Amino acid sequence: MSKCICDFRLIQSYALPSGNRIMQFIPEGDCPECFPGQFIEVKIDHAPTALLRRPISVCHYSVRDGLTLLVKPQGPATSLFTELPLGSVVNMMLPLGHGFNTDIKPGEKVLLAGGGVGIAPLVMLCDCLAEKGATVHIALGGRSANDINGIPQLFPKAERVFASTNDGSAGTEGVVTDIPIFERLADYERVYCCGPTPMMKAVARIARASEVWCEVSLENHMACGLGACLCCVENINEAEGNVCVCTEGPVFNINRLTSWQ
Amino acid sequence: MAINLSVDLGAGLVLKNPVLTASGTFGYGHEFSDFIDLDKLGGFIVKGTTLEPRQGNPSPRMAETPMGMINAVGLQNKGVAYFVDHIYPTLTRFDSEVIVNVSGAKLSDYVAVAEALAPLDKIHAIEVNISCPNVKAGGMAFGTTAAGAAEVTSAVRKAWNKHLMVKLSPNVTDITEIATAAEASGADSVSLINTLLAMDIDVERRRPRLSTITGGLSGPAVRPVAVRMVWQVAKRVKIPVVGLGGICSADDALQFIMAGATAVQVGTANFIDPTVTIRIIDGITDYCHRHNISDINSLRGII
Ligand SMILES: Cc1cc2nc3c(=O)[nH]c(=O)nc-3n(C[C@H](O)[C@H](O)[C@H](O)COP(=O)(O)OP(=O)(O)OC[C@H]3O[C@@H](n4cnc5c(N)ncnc54)[C@H](O)[C@@H]3O)c2cc1C
Ligand SMILES: Cc1cc2nc3c(=O)[nH]c(=O)nc-3n(C[C@H](O)[C@H](O)[C@H](O)COP(=O)(O)O)c2cc1C
Ligand code: FES
Repeated sequence: MSKCICDFRLIQSYALPSGNRIMQFIPEGDCPECFPGQFIEVKIDHAPTALLRRPISVCHYSVRDGLTLLVKPQGPATSLFTELPLGSVVNMMLPLGHGFNTDIKPGEKVLLAGGGVGIAPLVMLCDCLAEKGATVHIALGGRSANDINGIPQLFPKAERVFASTNDGSAGTEGVVTDIPIFERLADYERVYCCGPTPMMKAVARIARASEVWCEVSLENHMACGLGACLCCVENINEAEGNVCVCTEGPVFNINRLTSWQ
Repeated sequence: MAINLSVDLGAGLVLKNPVLTASGTFGYGHEFSDFIDLDKLGGFIVKGTTLEPRQGNPSPRMAETPMGMINAVGLQNKGVAYFVDHIYPTLTRFDSEVIVNVSGAKLSDYVAVAEALAPLDKIHAIEVNISCPNVKAGGMAFGTTAAGAAEVTSAVRKAWNKHLMVKLSPNVTDITEIATAAEASGADSVSLINTLLAMDIDVERRRPRLSTITGGLSGPAVRPVAVRMVWQVAKRVKIPVVGLGGICSADDALQFIMAGATAVQVGTANFIDPTVTIRIIDGITDYCHRHNISDINSLRGII
């Protein structure tokens, strides 16, 4: 699948209660297809301190609706990006990386666990797996209800959506793995997780203990997104050592990620 | 008007145009083949290659700074034997020059890598990196004294009879001294600059941003320093100079050429725009048309 650099026009943008934004773009020219778990590298113009592109997950992509991103105004570049007016044209490089394995059998029961902007790639994954006949459950982690509100609506095809918040203002009080479903994780054939590293490590630990297939999506800092600079590496296991997250990942099966214990 | 962009770096290294890519920023070329026709480049310089495989430094290895970035990759590569067996065969089909960047921790490593590369027909030149700030032993230690530079250059010279380019560190008091030492010891050309030793601190977390604390600064932020050094070196040595550091446009590349560079390398800019090299080549052609210049060589060292 070949990568391309393409201009996109912003056609819709709205803030979630958390302050993160859902931004929908349509390509100005031909654009290759994107798969769940892949990411784009966006060039954010006029951000005085941003020289490099910024990696952002594909939240949703279809020929009809274009490309949707879920973006957190984290620092100067992403703050500028989330404030772009409708009609703005931005330059993106895509599709990048290896996404989630969506090779499932109809009837499989799967859990998608996410927190923060890690929710983004799970949105398209949920649609894709549900269309393939999976029963999809979602587990969301947030600090308070503001991080959760508005998110279940992004998963219309999920059978159930569970949540946890640190302050107990929505769902289970605690972290995502405190949600009772994690006590019976073996009820699921697969678990997919994207979120802060401590969340992914906790989910991976329980999946390992319950012998459940599990993929996680890493967010290492990147410079090129193409496998050329070796800035993004993760030491994944003893045999392979440091590998590029941008080309070999960002999604890894925990069986390969044995350095994560 | 037909414009000649071809440049001759001597000792058998002739480029169809003066634009090369910088080592460590262009992988092995194929990473960019979805975006550009690699055969349009003057050539590309592949990743730093060492005798033994190297895992490089721990993460985080990158910090972005105003108009630049600091890296601490630390020469991660699979070693020269792997390069010869598995990567070299993917490079022979290119028409552009392919140059291998050679690094080592000790003198005998540099020599062994040069010996392993010598039989490869497609490789007409190596670039000896005596200036990497990201490895503990060797590397920059050789590049920071004239005696060290002379020692590596003469040793590699004996093992390598094709074009020998020596890459210089800017982290020295007088770069022209190192350049003259390399020239006197048999270098066919010198390339400069490698990255500037740098550091960045995350004040919120009260920690350095790189696992190695210090790293190498590259990108537009270093360009004026690089242009100055190329100008100084070009005035001092007779061998061709290859200029790099922060080049993002045809104008940037032309600055180096006017300062005395025969060819240029593009590094960090490839990360932002993978097609930047082609834009630079086209931009140089446009410039020549606009200024009625029929041969790029006539612009060299006019300052
Ligand atoms: C594969 C991948 C997918 C991502 N998906 C999303 C997404 O869907 N939505 C979203 O809002 N964010 C996502 N991020 C994180 C996003 O790239 C960073 O928040 C952003 O780069 C911060 O830039 P800034 O200038 O606004 O912030 P600053 O904090 O000022 O950034 C400074 C530097 O750190 C780097 N950086 C900071 N945080 C991160 C991070 N978490 N990951 C990578 N680089 C970082 C930046 O590239 C920049 O060089 C993703 C990151 C990766 C690697
Ligand atoms: C991520 C990265 C990796 C690099 N690796 C090497 C290397 O292996 N060998 C080398 O001689 N220079 C290496 N360099 C230095 C570049 O080749 C170049 O000298 C420097 O980046 C300045 O040019 P630029 O500003 O155009 O990037 C590296 C630079 C970067 C940014
Ligand atoms: S970001 Fe450059 S190799 Fe992954």
